[in-house]
Amino acid sequence: MCALVAGRDGDPVYDSMSGPDGDPAPAMNEGEARKMATETAEPAVAAAAYLELDDRIWLLRAMLLMRGIEERAMSLYRQGKVPGSFYDGFGQEAVSAGAAFAMGPEDRLCILHRDLAAHIIRGVSTERILAQYMGRDSGVTRGRDGNVHFGDARLGCVGMVSMLPDMMLVATGMAMAFKLRGERRCALTWFGDGSTSRGDFHEAMNWAGVQRLPVVFVLENNQYAYSTPLDKQFAVDPVQRAAAYGFSGVTVDGNDAEAMFEATRAARARAVAGEGPTLIEAVTMRMHGHAAHDDMKYVPKEQVELWRKRDPVDRQNARLRELGVDVDAIRAAVQAEIDAATEQALAAPMPDPEDVRTDVFAAGEAEPLGDGQAPWSGFAQRREVG
Amino acid sequence: MATMTYLQAISSALRDELRADDRVLVMGEDIGVFGGAFKVTDGFFEEFGPDRVMDTPLAESAIIGTAIGAAVVGMRPVCEMQFSDFISCGFDQLVNVAAKMHYRQRLAVPITVRLPSGGGFSGGPFHSQNPEAWFMHSPGIKVVAPSTAEDAKGLLHAAIRDPNPVCFMEHKHLYRRIKGEVPEGIYETPMTARVARPGSDLVVIAYGAMVHVALDATEDLDGASVQVLDLRSLVPLDVDAILAAVRECSKVVILDEANETCAAGAQVAALIAEHGFEDLDGPVVRVATPDIPIPFSPPLEQAVLPSVDRVREACRELLAY
Repeated sequence: MCALVAGRDGDPVYDSMSGPDGDPAPAMNEGEARKMATETAEPAVAAAAYLELDDRIWLLRAMLLMRGIEERAMSLYRQGKVPGSFYDGFGQEAVSAGAAFAMGPEDRLCILHRDLAAHIIRGVSTERILAQYMGRDSGVTRGRDGNVHFGDARLGCVGMVSMLPDMMLVATGMAMAFKLRGERRCALTWFGDGSTSRGDFHEAMNWAGVQRLPVVFVLENNQYAYSTPLDKQFAVDPVQRAAAYGFSGVTVDGNDAEAMFEATRAARARAVAGEGPTLIEAVTMRMHGHAAHDDMKYVPKEQVELWRKRDPVDRQNARLRELGVDVDAIRAAVQAEIDAATEQALAAPMPDPEDVRTDVFAAGEAEPLGDGQAPWSGFAQRREVG
Repeated sequence: MATMTYLQAISSALRDELRADDRVLVMGEDIGVFGGAFKVTDGFFEEFGPDRVMDTPLAESAIIGTAIGAAVVGMRPVCEMQFSDFISCGFDQLVNVAAKMHYRQRLAVPITVRLPSGGGFSGGPFHSQNPEAWFMHSPGIKVVAPSTAEDAKGLLHAAIRDPNPVCFMEHKHLYRRIKGEVPEGIYETPMTARVARPGSDLVVIAYGAMVHVALDATEDLDGASVQVLDLRSLVPLDVDAILAAVRECSKVVILDEANETCAAGAQVAALIAEHGFEDLDGPVVRVATPDIPIPFSPPLEQAVLPSVDRVREACRELLAY
């Protein structure tokens, strides 16, 4: 195991409000300033106390894989090899990577469509992801559903449905079962700024608050719900809503994987200690259109430029480079993995129409969700301690 | 054997499952301390405690959604909608999350949703509906609708033990009106049709409360031999039993308490038209509630719900064809 990296003594290792090169973040307009994270330097610093160098490399690798896979999938989409439409999470990689990394194998995740890194961290292979996008039989849903509408049940994940944020209630129910059974486990789900307007957001927040459930709600505030900006979505700072349901909310720099990790780690610790749910507002920016067809003309160019300088992948890359990690080698390995997986997925068979009726109903004993991969070294350490 | 009302049979199944399986919990509005709007869970709170007899917030989407979450991590939740009408507020979770889960991800969702349904007691437009066809049109959900105390208990056991989402349509008008012998202990009634009364001149196909209307209407019908086929399960629908009855009787009346268009009976009629045409000796006749909301005032409500007289008249006309 690597030694813990600097930062334990409280010295800031990096300032998460700075760009990857340490430059101060560019100026921003007033409306947006409200939703630029303001409480993030501390979580990012604190994260270093819980992350070994291998963990920090894992975070970079997961984000690089997510970006690389999605870029490859977009290219396959343009070639007509990905049917339907295509949605990606370019610029939001840190939100799913950091949060999923803080979860244990026994925890359960309901994953949203711009959170591919969560699937990667739980152990879904690159080939299966690309096969999923292309509707192949070896994809996670065997061609039954498309895009990021998947979750590998064997790895403790439930795929989203398009009605958002339905999965908030499913995660709440998982947490309810954990609490009823007295298990030290946690459920986590992601949802967007637009989702906060729907009734299921309220029903889940309220239920989780009333029953003090071990659930972590990650509000992925990426500034736009399709084309609808924040000021048409809510009249309050959304993180303040947590207080209305009787639990705490925290705003985090969603473009900093380690800040996301730390906020989620702390939320999970509270959850399994019986202290109830947490709302984490991850402030980020959707850097591409809602889906492949969307030219995003409703987004001011300056806004995109501003956020480009805070790119989450560049940021983790710069951090690790400073620590002497050979990031170029990591990038090359990720690229090679994606190239090989693309070949495999392209060669994989399409599903057989003869099987289209199978699996509408389950038969036999219902098999619950299995455990996922959980690469964070802190889990192993904590288990050893007891 | 014990004699139970339809309601007591439902309570008995729930109680037996709670005693037999730690994974089972019941959840709903006012079901705990109060014992439920219809007292189906009366006394449960005292025996099983607040965790397994859960008084929930007034939030139907959350009742279904959290049940799904609990089910996929190993529980066997039984949700009570206070009235089946309120499932509209939980419809999305049921038809989009629960129903499609196994097809998409091979993840079973073993939840049971109890839906006290039906009219006949001035419940008005929001406490009298029969929403079963909504779920028949959503692949991945099973739908059962018992008419007797014995089947109410047996089908509820079968629903709770099924690995799929099951809508359990329990007709409110039968709760205390219908009594019958119920076997001891846990038993599962198959999700197939049952011949409620044999006969060979004409068959009335019905389910739920309408089975009793069919039996009353045809008990003494000018000496005709009238079969009553109780579907019991709408998904899966017992096509073999339906076609066998058509072969045997050649004349068919299909009875629904639900609104007529696209009701369960419409599907039965379509199946017969497609697969039983050669066996027919007359047009398929339907008796159902017309396509209007269920009105409140007794004379108005009685004017729309299928009555013994309407069914008898329809049978007589068809027998004379």
